[in-house]
Amino acid sequence: MTMRIFIPRDAGAVAVGADDVALAFEQAAAARGAPVEIVRTGSRGLYWLEPLVELATAQGRIGFGPVTPGDVPSLLDAMAGNGQHTLRLGVTDEIPWLKRQTRLTFARCGVIDPRSVDDYRAHGGYKGLERALTLTSDQILADVTTSGLRGRGGAGFPTGIKWKTVAQASADRKYIVCNADEGDSGTFADRMIMEGDPFVVIEGMTIAGITVGATKGYIYIRSEYPHAVEAMNAAIAAARRAGLLGKRIGGSAHEFDLEVRVGAGAYVCGEETSLLESLEGRRGIVRAKPPLPAHKGLFGRPSVINNVLSFAAIPFILDNGAKAYADFGMGRSRGTMPIQLAGNIRYGGLFETAFGVTLGELVDEIGGGTFTGREVRAVQVGGPLGAYFPRALFDTPFDYEAFAARDGLIGHGGIVVFDDTVDMVKQARFAMEFCAIESCGKCTPCRIGSTRGVETINKIINGERVAENLAVIEDLCNTMKFGSLCALGGFTPYPVMSALKHFREDFGPAPARLQAAE
Amino acid sequence: MTVGYEPWDTARGAEIIAEHAGLEGATLVILHALQEAFGYVPEPAIPMVAEALNLSRAEVHGVFTFYHDFRKQPAGRHVLKLCRAEACQAAGGDALAARAEAKLGVSLGHTTADERVTLEPIYCLGLCATAPSAMLDGRVVGRLDEARIDALVAEAQR
Repeated sequence: MTMRIFIPRDAGAVAVGADDVALAFEQAAAARGAPVEIVRTGSRGLYWLEPLVELATAQGRIGFGPVTPGDVPSLLDAMAGNGQHTLRLGVTDEIPWLKRQTRLTFARCGVIDPRSVDDYRAHGGYKGLERALTLTSDQILADVTTSGLRGRGGAGFPTGIKWKTVAQASADRKYIVCNADEGDSGTFADRMIMEGDPFVVIEGMTIAGITVGATKGYIYIRSEYPHAVEAMNAAIAAARRAGLLGKRIGGSAHEFDLEVRVGAGAYVCGEETSLLESLEGRRGIVRAKPPLPAHKGLFGRPSVINNVLSFAAIPFILDNGAKAYADFGMGRSRGTMPIQLAGNIRYGGLFETAFGVTLGELVDEIGGGTFTGREVRAVQVGGPLGAYFPRALFDTPFDYEAFAARDGLIGHGGIVVFDDTVDMVKQARFAMEFCAIESCGKCTPCRIGSTRGVETINKIINGERVAENLAVIEDLCNTMKFGSLCALGGFTPYPVMSALKHFREDFGPAPARLQAAE
Repeated sequence: MTVGYEPWDTARGAEIIAEHAGLEGATLVILHALQEAFGYVPEPAIPMVAEALNLSRAEVHGVFTFYHDFRKQPAGRHVLKLCRAEACQAAGGDALAARAEAKLGVSLGHTTADERVTLEPIYCLGLCATAPSAMLDGRVVGRLDEARIDALVAEAQR
């Protein structure tokens, strides 16, 4: 009997040797004459176990990991025999870290062959589109609105309202644009889903197209993600062959096609108007709003521009109904969020769960603290523009509003953990440095403010007139926050001010009058 | 000199430009294609792109210089990109970057004198749960430690 073995081709797994492991399996199986079928999947998102190899059995898939090429001969013995091995993890779906998740968007990621439309369909794929094709545009809009889905890129704008605006606009052409410029450090959910389940993104964008009356979509993927570019292109080609992109999709009267465009290393292009400029072939300079992209977007036409995860949430909503999605979550944050645990963390990876889980649960219980074994001192939530939170704020629930109330943001759902060796004044300076490197240059607060910020923090580090320079930083941050055109300059103050507020001791001696009072 | 790339040739450049000029918003696509063929975007190509897309030379130059990816001159034989963003910083990336700089004798953003290795910072490879991470000529490597960074540097120097 042929053994079916699943090995990820996800970049995160490849980075720790998945390709070498796959090759070792092929060679060892060939040498033994053992009939083995290797399926390259995405990642399950349990990165500390990568490369995670799975074997199909009557009880379900059995996981083994982390596997090195040297383990392969003994693994093959175990797989052919009683299945016992020191790397055996049991039935993968039963691994507690995976089992306690609510995988709506990532249900198939790491399970299916991301190059196969048939495999996608066999796991419930394209049911959302099938149902959407039986509905009117208004009915689909009602579903998306009722689901409570908010933009997963970070801004959290209600997806249904955005789509409705585009649907109601009249124009000769409309566009669907997928923002796959996932530049935030600590985030990799877009990359994972594009590599592990690209069809769910295609399906979500196709549903958006038929809803608003757009026939062309672009996926703008950052150049740092070559594996995702390859996976999306392969999936688009497969969807076209299956009649699910192009004219008369799924045998309907609708037309929709997709094209991948690759960024060129500019972080600011993750900002939607900058991304549109870049897609149009120009420098990624931010546009002033209004007009909104929903009215005048790509090439001046009404455009839906959403994050990868927003589109990827749509098929579930259309297939299972808005209520099934909205039943998860808290407050105005409905559904699930694919949270990414990263940095100095013991159990790093993708954890999709309903909104409402606390930061402390995520970092300590699920993430297991740091891999260095030292104390967790700070966590940055929401990428380079997100605030640093100390342990004192670990009771904050993962929810758009709860984080905003504590001067933070959930952004794209990335959590970067730092241990007690972190120097927070350096992290504050890095935030300003990064903004200076990546500023598009259009507005003064961001362009000049970030450079002045680096200079001023350097003075603080050198102990020059610390109190006065801290006042300058605070003033500068206010100017950037309220005066910048987009979130790059506008949110850089979050990491800077949170570092200062919660980790004041890293910014040099306290003001003299306070010392005198002690 | 970078290996695996074609030397600049006007006719070949024109052919690449013509291949993509019909696309909507083709500038980045063309610049990527040129760099893929030649290893960098040769200066004479800029006015050719402008001409083909009915843009000014300044506009194309502006696009070319805005994006970090596009090179004015060929890179070294190997390009080693080290992720310098927060998740990799948290996992000890600063010390590893300093180590690579010391081993190669160049700072980030520069090419060794023998033109073998270009060492560059990159802001996030999306390998944040297997940090610190790097990319050597398109191959991703995660969970870097001193031994692994040394091996990568040695491989790049070969």
